[in-house]
This record gives sequence, structure tokens and C-alpha cells, in this order.
Amino acid sequence: MAIGSVLLGGALGYASVKFRVEGDPLVEKIDAILPQTQCGQCGFPGCKPYAEAIAKGEADINCCPPGGEEGIRKLADLLGREFKPLSGEHGIEKPKSTAVIDENVCIGCTLCIQACPVDAIVGAAKQMHTVIASQCTGCELCLAPCPVNCIAMVPIPETIDNWKWKYPVFAVRKAA
Amino acid sequence: MNVRELFKFTGGVKPASHKAESNQAAIAVAPLSPVLTVPLRQNAGLASRPLVQAGDKVLKGQIIAGPGGSISVAIHAPTSGTVRGIETHPIPHPSGLLSPCVVIEADGEDRWIEHSAVDPYSLPVDELRMRLRDAGVVGLGGAAFPSFVKTQHSPTQDIETLILNGAECEPFITCDDLLMRTKPDEILDGAAILAHIAGAKRIVVGIEDNKPEAVSAMSTAAAKRSGLPIEVIAVPTRYPAGGEKQLIRVLTGIEIPFGKLGPDYGVQCFNVGTACATARALLSGEPMISRLVTVTGNVERPGNFEVRIGTPISDLLKLAEPKADTDRTLMGGPMMGFALPTLDAPLVKATNCILAGSKAMFPPPGPEMPCIRCGSCARACPMDLQPFEMFWFSRAKILGKAQEYHLFDCIECGCCTYVCPSRIPLVDYFRFAKSEIRAREKENEAADAARLRYEFRLEREEREKQEKAAKLAAKAAETKAKLAAAGDADEKKALIAAAMARTQEPKAEEKPSAE
Ligand code: SF4
Ligand code: SF4
Ligand code: SF4
Ligand code: SF4
Repeated sequence: MAIGSVLLGGALGYASVKFRVEGDPLVEKIDAILPQTQCGQCGFPGCKPYAEAIAKGEADINCCPPGGEEGIRKLADLLGREFKPLSGEHGIEKPKSTAVIDENVCIGCTLCIQACPVDAIVGAAKQMHTVIASQCTGCELCLAPCPVNCIAMVPIPETIDNWKWKYPVFAVRKAA
Repeated sequence: MNVRELFKFTGGVKPASHKAESNQAAIAVAPLSPVLTVPLRQNAGLASRPLVQAGDKVLKGQIIAGPGGSISVAIHAPTSGTVRGIETHPIPHPSGLLSPCVVIEADGEDRWIEHSAVDPYSLPVDELRMRLRDAGVVGLGGAAFPSFVKTQHSPTQDIETLILNGAECEPFITCDDLLMRTKPDEILDGAAILAHIAGAKRIVVGIEDNKPEAVSAMSTAAAKRSGLPIEVIAVPTRYPAGGEKQLIRVLTGIEIPFGKLGPDYGVQCFNVGTACATARALLSGEPMISRLVTVTGNVERPGNFEVRIGTPISDLLKLAEPKADTDRTLMGGPMMGFALPTLDAPLVKATNCILAGSKAMFPPPGPEMPCIRCGSCARACPMDLQPFEMFWFSRAKILGKAQEYHLFDCIECGCCTYVCPSRIPLVDYFRFAKSEIRAREKENEAADAARLRYEFRLEREEREKQEKAAKLAAKAAETKAKLAAAGDADEKKALIAAAMARTQEPKAEEKPSAE
């Protein structure tokens, strides 16, 4: 909390401006860094509970695989702690993926809908379901409940829209 | 040509202009290629939405894709023929990635769809804007920003001056020069229409003074006209005089601060090619299906070609006969262009130049050396930035700091890279930093949306739980009341049995459904 009050002296974080501030602003700041995948790999039921645990000092900063190294760096910066690599026991950083339902196999059981923390799956009982790719966080929580194993994680392909200029060092070495 | 006081923009460089190679020959019309590949993503903003499918017969000028959003325009068939399909194909982009294109097999007849001219001054300006959008008119200076969007400005912006950009400051490129020499009247017709739509009160044409023929052709054409006052002004040749803020500065003296644009100061700029396309769209009813392209550099016959959109760049390059040692092809000029990963890509509306290069022409830069903080880059920067500071933070990936140094005001003109004694590819670092920042902003937006959706779901689950509890409580109270009312023991038993049965029922109707 001591760290919290020091940090509080600064400007309000983006998240706390945009969203209702409930309770501890430090939690909001930590939560703003977490990727909001809501996958539970950190051992907490969602990003916010993990943020609360970090704020209370009950959890380390390197337990979120989707946030990856960069997320840990940001948390370390925010909290004035040392960077440490991702703890292996919570999983590894994977390429960003979205769930895709094989619509020919889906039996419309709605189990995945119930599992999806961000309501990214649409469909009604006994009708084929679909993932809204833009809303899927890639948490994989819908995979296990599916009784016919028709959901697969597909890495997001590189397109003209999400393509990024690469860090120049490589280009320079190649050209030289 | 009027004599008037000109202003100077800060920084800039004077690279060898290499204009003479390609501005001698008359404009040639590129022959029709048998297959035209028209990318759906051509304008800045959103990609267009296809309106044809495999097997459709199309006529030249027929709309094959409609605007895909508010910043997007229509796309037209560059010739008559049959649609082979919507296929993913390389497009001219530094990534070399594929993107959906309408592929048209030409029937060789090149038959126009019915089209007609309109009198722009008898139509409401909003109607004219929509016509520009539906004619696919985008800026031909290189950025391909939809022109109809640029003619619309917020009520607080009062456009006083329309600047016609004929500076063409980038080395090697001469397509605007040739256009001004050959079609000055059409350019000014278009400029007058754009000024009318934007509500501008005067037109100022800025042309670098290394193009005397263009200056005189435009001046002569301007002198013949009545209507809005038009000034044609030769501006000193100094790269990047054709940058929007630089040209505004030179012609009007207005210094536009960081983060602001021309319209905030009563000025809007259009490229001369865009003005010409505007005139063609409204006064002839012909949509944007071709453009003037300079093909130059390491070729035997450099020159300018009128080329259909969708023509394979390899076909176009052949017309100029590249020399044997050509080892790279750039789209755009040497300062702002990029190397094409493949010549398979088609020509798009943004292609102003195809530049063939060789090792001899562009010797590989020596190895990158550490920054000595000499400040040359800052003196050369036309945007008054401090490139070495932005470089420092971009290289260390401290992106927030780079942004504080106005990274997003960098126009990627390349002046800093050009002068850097340590041969640091500064612009490459800035492009990297900009795209990284944009990607992170997108990620943050997605995370914010996910957080909201998750909170919404938690709230809904909580509400459902409470509603269920309330319902159960109500039921219990009801049963209790009935029990109290029923004196008879058998009746009590029946009620309890019924309640038990209800708890066994499947809860089909309670399943949550996604919205
Ligand atoms: S591991 Fe999953 S639930 Fe935990 S903070 Fe990271 S994204 Fe959120
Ligand atoms: S669709 Fe599956 S992977 Fe995607 S957010 Fe929902 S539960 Fe997670
Ligand atoms: S010109 Fe090059 S060496 Fe000089 S300050 Fe700029 S980046 Fe550094
Ligand atoms: S590329 Fe950017 S930083 Fe470099 S000179 Fe041009 S505007 Fe300035």
C-alpha cells in the first residue's frame, strides 16, 4: 500500500479515467497492464483477481503467460520491482490465437458459450455456434468443455492490416 | 506568373534530382495486359467491399467494389472482360503479403460502361462529394487518401485557400511535371471544382522551379480563366518542398504546429494529378481507372506511362527496358519509396513511380555507426523534430519517450537518414516505432473491450443468480402460504411432492445465451 500511495501521487492511469474506479487504484493500474485474456493460467479466476493479489503482495509479477515478457516488464516498472522471466509453472507465451469452431461438427450444446469469459461465442441451443474472432481473447477456456472436440486454436495470421515494420538492425545486417 | 514574397521552411536537403532522365519523352500509353489484378485495398483508410464475383462480365469503368467504410472509395474495372474471381495476390506493399484482389481477364474490347458528364456547379456539394467517392478519386501524390473526405471539413474550419501541389520534390519522379505540361486546363478545371466543394476562395499552385515548362503551361492556362483567382508560383527546389506542411509554409507563410493540419488554418492541399482526376470524374464521367506513372532509374527508356490500375508491375517495367544489372525495384522515389518484394504485384492508385535500381546506382550503405549527436539530422528535419532523440528512444524501444518527441509528426521524408554521417537508417527506426505503437494501441483497445465484456458477463451472472434466488424465495413463500391455508394433511403432502418434482425438472430455459 505504501507503494500504492506513492504511485497515486502521479496522474491517474488511463484505465481509471475511462472506467469506473472501484476500490484500489493500484489494482486498476495493474489490471490495465494485464492482457484481459481472462484465462486463469495465473492461478486466479481472471485478470482482476490476479491484479488484486499482486497489489496485496500475495502473487508474483511473472505468472501471466499471455502478457508475456513485455507485460512483466511493465509490471516491474509500475511496481518498482526487478524484472524476472515468466515463471514456467503457469505456462509459456504462445503466439496470439483465436478459437475456431468446426461448424460441421458442432452439436450446439452451448457448453462453450457458458465457458467463454468474454461472451465471444454466439449461437443458440441445438444450433451451430460461431466465435466472433475480433472478440476472442484466445484464453482456450472453451476447448475443454466441448464434448465433441470441435474447437481449435488458430494463430492469427499476419496480414497487411496487422503487419509491422521490423526492428531495423536485422534489415541493416542483411543489406550490408 | 506572379512575383511575390515566398517563405522558407526549415531543414530540407538537396539531393540530385534525376528528373531529366524521364521528363523528355512524351507520355506513352501502356498496352492492355491480358489479366488485370485490382486490389481491394488501395486507398488510405478502409479497404473497398467487392461487388462482383467469379464469372461476372464487367465493362470498363463499371464499379467492382464499393466503399468499405466512411474513409473508403469505390473501385472500377480498368477494362472490359470477365471476373476470374476475388483472389489473394501480392500487392505493392513493403511486407510482400497477399491481399484480396478482383482479378479480371480482359476481353480485349476495352468497352466502356455508359457514363456521362455533369455540370458540377448545378449540383449540391454533398452530391459532388459522393460522386467523387463513387468515381474512386483518391490523392495521387502517393498517400491515396480519399479526396471526398478531404473536401469535407468541420464547421469550425473555414477553407480560404486551396493549394495545388505540383512541387514534385522527390528525385526521379516526373509524372506531375508531364501532367502539368500536357493537361493544365483539365488540372485547373478540377482544382476549381475542388475549391468549389471545399468553399475555398482562391487557388495557389506551387511548382518547384526545376520545372519551367510546367510553370509556364500552368501560368498560361491560369491566365485564360475567369472565376476564382489562381496564382501559379515557382517555389525553390528543395526537398521536401512538396510536403504538405512545407508547401503551405512556403506559399502562405503559415506555420502549422505539431499535431495540427492544414484545414485548421484555412488551407487544404491537393495534388495536381488528383485535380485532373476530379475533372475527369465529373466533367467526363470517367472514374479513376488509370494513372500516370514514371518508370525510371536503371532502365534504357525512362519515361511516363498512362497505365491501367491492376497492370502487373513486371509488364510496366518491361516497357522501359530495365538494364541487365537491375537488382531491385522501388515503388516511389529513392527518399520515400520502398523496395517491392515482388514484381508480381499490380499497379495501384498510389503508384506514382517505378524506380529500377542497381548496386552501382544505390551502393549499399556502410555499416551503421553510433550516433555522435552531431545534430545534422535535426538541422535537416523539415518538421523541426529532433531525430537523434527519437532514434535513441526508438532503438531502445522506449516508445512512449519517442512519442513525446513528436514521433507521429515525422513524415518519413528521409532527410535525416540522408545527412546522417553515421549512416543510421533513422527512418527505418521511426517506421518500426510507429507501427509498434499503433499495434500496442490496438492491443490495449482490445484488452479494454475484453475487460468490459468480462465485467458485463460477471454482472449478468450475478444478476441472474439474484433473480433466481428471488424467484425461489417467492415460490417458497407461496408454498408456505398455501400450506398454512390448507388444513388437510393429504393436501400438504401433494404440495410438497409437486415442489420436489419441480426441483428435478431440467433447467433448459435457464441456459445463458450470448447476445
Ligand atoms: S494469466 Fe490469464 S487470467 Fe491471469 S492475468 Fe494473465 S490473462 Fe489474465
Ligand atoms: S471463444 Fe474460447 S478462446 Fe475465445 S475468448 Fe471465448 S472461451 Fe476464450
Ligand atoms: S545525424 Fe546521425 S550522428 Fe548526427 S545526431 Fe543525427 S543520428 Fe546522430
Ligand atoms: S524522416 Fe522524420 S525525423 Fe527524419 S527528417 Fe523527415 S520528418 Fe524529420
